[in-house]
Amino acid sequence: MSGTWMTTRAWLLMAPLLAVMIAVIGWPLVDTVALSFTDAKLVGTGGNFVGLENYTKMLSSGNFQRTLVTTAWFAIISVAAEMVLGVLAALLLNQEFRGRTVLRALMILPWALPTVVNATLWRLIYNPEYGALNAALTQIGLLDSYRSWLGEPGSALTALIVADCWKNFPLVALIALAALQAVPREITSASLVDGAGPISRFRFVILPYLAGPLMVALVLRTIEAFKVFDIIWVMTRGGPANSTRTLSILVYQEAFSFQRAGSGASLALIVTLLVTVLAVAYAALVRKTAGSAA
Amino acid sequence: MSNSITRALIGAALLSASFAHHAFAETTLNALFMAQAAYSEADVRAMTDAFTKANPDIKVNLEFVPYEGLHDKTVLAQGSGGGYDVVLFDVIWPAEYASNNVLVDISSRVTDEMKKGVLPGAWTTVQYDGKYYGMPWILDTKYLFYNKEILEKAGITAPPKTWDELAEQAKVIKDKGLLQTPIAWSWAQAEAAICDYTTLVSAYGGEFLKDGKPAFQSDGGLDALNYMVTSYKSGLTNPNSKEFLEEDVRKVFENGEAAFALNWTYMYNLANSGKDSKVTGKVGVVPAPGVAGKSEVSAVNGSMGLGVTSVSKHPDEAWKYIVHMTSQDTQNQYAKLSLPIWASSYEDPAVTQGQEELIGAAKLGLAAMYPRPTTPKYQELSTALQQAIQEALLGQASPEEALQSAAENSGL
Repeated sequence: MSGTWMTTRAWLLMAPLLAVMIAVIGWPLVDTVALSFTDAKLVGTGGNFVGLENYTKMLSSGNFQRTLVTTAWFAIISVAAEMVLGVLAALLLNQEFRGRTVLRALMILPWALPTVVNATLWRLIYNPEYGALNAALTQIGLLDSYRSWLGEPGSALTALIVADCWKNFPLVALIALAALQAVPREITSASLVDGAGPISRFRFVILPYLAGPLMVALVLRTIEAFKVFDIIWVMTRGGPANSTRTLSILVYQEAFSFQRAGSGASLALIVTLLVTVLAVAYAALVRKTAGSAA
Repeated sequence: MSNSITRALIGAALLSASFAHHAFAETTLNALFMAQAAYSEADVRAMTDAFTKANPDIKVNLEFVPYEGLHDKTVLAQGSGGGYDVVLFDVIWPAEYASNNVLVDISSRVTDEMKKGVLPGAWTTVQYDGKYYGMPWILDTKYLFYNKEILEKAGITAPPKTWDELAEQAKVIKDKGLLQTPIAWSWAQAEAAICDYTTLVSAYGGEFLKDGKPAFQSDGGLDALNYMVTSYKSGLTNPNSKEFLEEDVRKVFENGEAAFALNWTYMYNLANSGKDSKVTGKVGVVPAPGVAGKSEVSAVNGSMGLGVTSVSKHPDEAWKYIVHMTSQDTQNQYAKLSLPIWASSYEDPAVTQGQEELIGAAKLGLAAMYPRPTTPKYQELSTALQQAIQEALLGQASPEEALQSAAENSGL
């Protein structure tokens, strides 16, 4: 069989999928790009062409810059915490002990919860009048009186990060656990015989096996965290005083609450671009780690 | 023989014709309501059942969303070209809905009887530019609720008539150790905060807009925010108010943890006789207070209406449904959580019985209802004001600075 026929056949076989992707991803994307250069409203007539005005206005607005910082902060802290917690949990669950299977199954639960349920749950935990967190902290004497966790700019974002971590670290743990099971027992045994302590065992024997899969988890989680919307919308709606407003919430407000579809589209594309840059950078990193591991 | 065949055929034809006719006449309406304050979901379902029983050829699908999602859901459904026939809308949206062609102008359908029977204040809810965009349905304003038992223990004989008096009475309650933070408000970053703010703006004789330009950053508008900040900083206001919505205020008040609370009509019967309330029989209600020399009472127009969307394929049936939902009979029957729009209902013993105190407050409050600004850009203005209120409460900016930047960011 000739190479050209193989190539043609490959394209033919992929054609249906490509057609679907163009219809559901390609066309809306092109449409959004076109929309972002207009002053179109959400309902009513299509807008007029305004060039780059939407972009320049958005990029220079204080709202956007402040929101970008909030989003970056949320993404960096929550993803870092999820990676550390996830790996620690995976190391623990990789040990042999009674009840390990039950614990492994339980760990998936938070991740399996719908985000909105998780958000509602944590809102109850943080409730300033009858929340479990306030009750627990006052009863063990760490707090003098109940606090408004989601009502103070200082604690609201941290409270959201904790809620997001609780839900998402199991994903990292799951990926790390799968990778850990691929570490050959002879190597860990050999390093024990050679007298390696727990830290150097992790650093030089186990981590090289984890690096590739963890990179994948890192990419997935960072992109997700950068796009965060639902957990924040349910818990604080961006408040207090916009201290937890992320880019996706800004897009929502612009496009739907204020009905400015044009500038909403431009903002959405800016967010997409930022996420794409992150994804490409990570992909390069993954290729590099995979190369060095081989 | 041929005769009987003919008869059978005719019979069959008639039968199928009647079936076809029936299938053709069956109409399904989609209606969007809110699951928050005013009529409960159960009430709305019961009202609708009565309608479909009387009109078996019309089916009504009901959908309920929290108030915070009502506007966006309506607009989104419209933007995607389908969705609802009948939507509930807040008093602040007709300007935007009318200019964006979300609701149809139903001026020609409103009868003289309706115009005469419904309270004038209620009509302002659905009007924009002299046209009618629906029927008023929920006639509501914020009242000052108080806990009679706590006031009695504090030796206070009458509820406050002015906002300064409210602060004084709250201080007495705080100083006597009855409650740490006696006043509860809904100051979360949401429309609820604007309703409390508007009540105060009306008390201080302020104005939102002058000639279409922001005017809330000085005079009454500034006084109103100053009052909120002072009340918050002095510890008379429950500090958690800045993350409360109406339902949170109700829970705090029903637990006896607030001596005073600002809330809508629906809290009266839920708190005074509801099964989850710990303050049953102790709930007092008066119009929100005034300011000496400026106003006797204060009130925000928090009414809502039912309208027909411009994408509805069944505007006639949709209107029929709205007429049923807003009729005096229906409203009198369900007057415990939301008061009728019809003037004569307030003299009807069936409506007033058991809630004379609420009706008394309503007569004064409803007459004083102050509107939030009428502008197609209301959502932007409101978002900017919500931020300003929270920044001032949190001490991130002085009330002057906060309102000044809200005026600049309001898009007006």
